[in-house]
Amino acid sequence: MLRDITLGQYYPANSVLHKLDPRVKLAGTMVFIVSLFAFRSAEAYIGATLFLAAVIRISKVPLKFMLKGLKSIIFLMMLTVVFNLFLTRGTVVFRLGFLAVTEEGIETAVFMAIRLVYLIIGSSVMTLTTTPNDLTDGLEKAMRPLGKVRVPVHEIAMMMSIALRFIPILLEETDKIMKAQMARGADFESGGLIQKAKNMIPLLVPLFISAFRRANDLAMAMEARGYHGGEGRTKMKPLVYRGRDKIAYLLLLLYLVLMFLVNRIGFFAGLI
Amino acid sequence: MGIIKARHVAFDYLRMDEEGQVESRSRAVDDVDLDVEAGDFVAILGHNGSGKSTLAKHINAILLPTEGTVFVDGKDTQDESKLWEIRQSAGMVFQNPDNQIIGTIVDEDVGFGPENMGVPQDEIWQRVEESLKAVGMWEYRSHSPNKLSGGQKQRVAIAGVVAMRPKCIVLDEPTAMLDPNGRQEVIRTVRELNRREHVTVLLITHYMEEVIHADKVIVMDQGKIVMQGTPREVFSHVGELKRFRLDVPQATLVAYELQKAGIALPDGILSNEELIGALEAYRKKRQNK
Repeated sequence: MLRDITLGQYYPANSVLHKLDPRVKLAGTMVFIVSLFAFRSAEAYIGATLFLAAVIRISKVPLKFMLKGLKSIIFLMMLTVVFNLFLTRGTVVFRLGFLAVTEEGIETAVFMAIRLVYLIIGSSVMTLTTTPNDLTDGLEKAMRPLGKVRVPVHEIAMMMSIALRFIPILLEETDKIMKAQMARGADFESGGLIQKAKNMIPLLVPLFISAFRRANDLAMAMEARGYHGGEGRTKMKPLVYRGRDKIAYLLLLLYLVLMFLVNRIGFFAGLI
Repeated sequence: MGIIKARHVAFDYLRMDEEGQVESRSRAVDDVDLDVEAGDFVAILGHNGSGKSTLAKHINAILLPTEGTVFVDGKDTQDESKLWEIRQSAGMVFQNPDNQIIGTIVDEDVGFGPENMGVPQDEIWQRVEESLKAVGMWEYRSHSPNKLSGGQKQRVAIAGVVAMRPKCIVLDEPTAMLDPNGRQEVIRTVRELNRREHVTVLLITHYMEEVIHADKVIVMDQGKIVMQGTPREVFSHVGELKRFRLDVPQATLVAYELQKAGIALPDGILSNEELIGALEAYRKKRQNK
């Protein structure tokens, strides 16, 4: 059944990582990504690998799930690797027709690939250990300062959580419309790409109409229950930092400092 | 003092053309007076397009009357400064259970109303617990609404309104999209709320079986109130109800047809049990003759 799909890709388990405040995990992911791109030396990559391995270990999520996310970027990764490999200038290692593979090219290509893989795995760790709800809550709270420059933070978070609630409903509806149209002889399978896209019209039009109707109903229901924006609103489940969250922040800071040092020393060592 | 007091209410739906000019107007509610006393269970009946849902939306100030006034708990719905107070004192439950649940978890949805009202956190939890228990959905508090049945979703929606501690609940065809079991579930919940918590209930429906327990039934047709009274009074006019394209409960219909066939039965029979009782009495009378 379509309604049974889990969104995002939350993997329920009982680990410290699951219990952490979503803001900590957001910050952690940011720190990790920054560290990947800011520090570019072999030593720094070893550091990042160790950190990632430790986090995966703590999360109690099977590695298989972490790697799932990689499937979707294989094409992108190949593209980056190929471009870097052939289009970087430097000392030529060997030639393939008019294309030259350089030493620098190999280096960047390898590092780029590692970076991309780590980026995806790093963010998977967050989405696998955080429920979509917590994630929205965390984002709302983390982005609150932006409210001062008139970014509608509460509204964005509300939209995200409503989207999360309605995705399964709309999926189910798509399924229903599809079957109804197929019963009348619609064909969603055969034909080329353009024909297939055209065939989607009898599916998309009713789906859009129903989505707008739902939006209208929902807006009315929200108003009827006194919704008038984020102002003067209290929270039923507010986010509060606990001891473990503070420790996690400290560890993150420690990681950043260590990475910085390792990178520096590694860099200097490379110079000598 | 009545909790809902509407005087000469009229409402026009406007059809605009592309320039925003009024192309045509259709009157959905026409000169309606409505009085509901606190603690009452009032049912509004009507065929599709009779204006019953439009009238209901006036009580929650979702729509404002084109003409006339609506007072809810002594507050004029035209008064914008009282808008949120009115929405708090008159809660509303809609037809489609999916389109009115906002939270991704049952308890979060019930807490949505109190959150909007700025109720302190501890009290929200207390209210959520009370209202989920009142509709019998407390065991489902940590479920996703997507996994509930239609009747259960509608009960969650009712709990969401109850958590705002309204004086009056307006239910706009809450059972129209449910199967018979779900319908019974919802109506039982609403009746219990009315009986135990003394919440005023305004139930809008076109199912006759749901209104036989109401204190008062109002029949609408083409935007006007055409009949009102106790269920027994209203259902004794079977011929008139048929003219408004309304069905009557089956037992009432059978009794009506039997009366026409010359069997002397009392007017306004509402349930199967009453019909059986009346028929037994009739048989005894004939045997005695």
